[in-house]
Amino acid sequence: MSWLDDTLGPWRGFIVTFRQMFRRSVTTKWPEQKRTKPERFHGRHVLNRYPDGMEKCIGCELCAGVCPANCIYVRGADNPQDDPVSPGERYGFVYEINMLRCIFCGLCVEACPTEAITMSNLFELSVTDRDDAMFTKAELLVERDGTPNHNAPAGPLIDLDELKLADGWMRATSSAGRAEYEGIVSWSESAGDSPKSQDTSLKQEEADS
Amino acid sequence: MDGFWLAAIKVVIAFALLFTVVLFLVWAERRLVARMQNRIGPNRAGPAGMMQTLADGMKLMFKESIDPRRAELAVYLAAPVVALIPALLIFLIIPIGAPITIGSTTYDLQVTDLNIGVLYFLAMSSIAVYAIALAGWSSGSKYPLLGSVRASAQMISYEAALGLALVPVILYNRTTSLAEIVVAQGETYFGIFPAWNIVLIPSFIVFLIAGFAETNRAPFDLVEAEQEIVGGYHTEYSGFRFALFFLAEYINLFNIAALTVVFFLGGWQGPVFGPTFLQYVLPIFWFLLKTVAILFLFIWARASLPRMRYDQLMEFGWKRLIPLSLLWIMVVVVAVGLRRFGLPWS
Repeated sequence: MSWLDDTLGPWRGFIVTFRQMFRRSVTTKWPEQKRTKPERFHGRHVLNRYPDGMEKCIGCELCAGVCPANCIYVRGADNPQDDPVSPGERYGFVYEINMLRCIFCGLCVEACPTEAITMSNLFELSVTDRDDAMFTKAELLVERDGTPNHNAPAGPLIDLDELKLADGWMRATSSAGRAEYEGIVSWSESAGDSPKSQDTSLKQEEADS
Repeated sequence: MDGFWLAAIKVVIAFALLFTVVLFLVWAERRLVARMQNRIGPNRAGPAGMMQTLADGMKLMFKESIDPRRAELAVYLAAPVVALIPALLIFLIIPIGAPITIGSTTYDLQVTDLNIGVLYFLAMSSIAVYAIALAGWSSGSKYPLLGSVRASAQMISYEAALGLALVPVILYNRTTSLAEIVVAQGETYFGIFPAWNIVLIPSFIVFLIAGFAETNRAPFDLVEAEQEIVGGYHTEYSGFRFALFFLAEYINLFNIAALTVVFFLGGWQGPVFGPTFLQYVLPIFWFLLKTVAILFLFIWARASLPRMRYDQLMEFGWKRLIPLSLLWIMVVVVAVGLRRFGLPWS
């Protein structure tokens, strides 16, 4: 009955579209309904600190070098002898990301030798002025107690807690090695100052085998 | 003087009604197509996004209107207006409800009842082709030109089918006035089933398909095939000039749906009961209900059918629709003749 199928084929489409009308829609009413983001979401960057408050960035410019969009600008400077900003010789004196150019590929996070730059879960970054899209150290660097900064106050669109969520890269490269390692903290929160806890689960697995 | 004021009030009401309907039509189309594609659709402006069209219109008004350097400016500026005027004029002859009698005067619920209404509609829809042809040519750009060439060929081809589909209606109802055509459809079968013009169902189908092509809608929207020729004839139009084209397009859509109802689905005919007030309102309600049903069909088809190829479109128009219409006209002529004059040998 292929001729029947050929004739009816286009008309079956009408039934399909009619049926779809009563299905649940796949899109959500953002921002009222926010869906859970994937484990390795690439959101806005944050610059982290060590638990003692020292900045992790050492001003090596590897992130700027690896950036395919050329959106990161870093200038390093020697640490002051009496009041060092970061452990080591140098620190990030200027750190700017042009969010209009950034493609959120996360290569800067991968390149960073000290895990100073990581990505959070915040993606609501619209600005009304192009200059506001230039994120400087003032917005990127977390406070000493781990609270993140942003170029706009918290609102219905901006949930600053999302800036505290851990970076996917950090999860993926954590010693556990698996993103679904829930409940076992083997990475440090991006904006947090908590030390990397010892990954006991892996040892446990080794012991079991 | 009375006649003048009455006409003026009717025109104002008709235009207000038309623009309101179009406002909601665009919104309804976007919402419905979104639902059929498992999306939500515009839901921000006003309750359920109903004011979205208004917001878009306001936005377009404040946008820059660009004059392309190579445009023939006079024609280029006239084209959107030429597109809108026939669309508005067609609506004037559509009866949206039963005549209302207040005191000793009877008011028709249409701006004017032309005794050549059918011809007037065909003439106006022919003029609409000019707007598209002129817009495409005067833009001085290749995509609009291609779009307008397609549009002219398509609309002229399908206008033949559109006109031929109306011949049986004229023969059967023996009038070309839209008001009288509706009145002629008031009969019922066995007292309950509305007769309308259901016996003319081949004409109805041809008219509907030609209507899809006349309004440049899917599956015949290759005039505005975004993947091939950007926006077709209105590619170079921006700001409010584009809004005029958009408006004309949706007014035409509503007109075709309303005329389908008038010609084939009994216009405002429907069960009428209750107090006097209800007797005036119900016909309008039935008319709008039927029109909305046809409009839903248009929107449904847009979400369901893929676009036709140009040669398929031409073949379908000239080799299928027009011969079918001609054949059907002959059948109707014989049937109407037999009914009126009896068998030739008796």
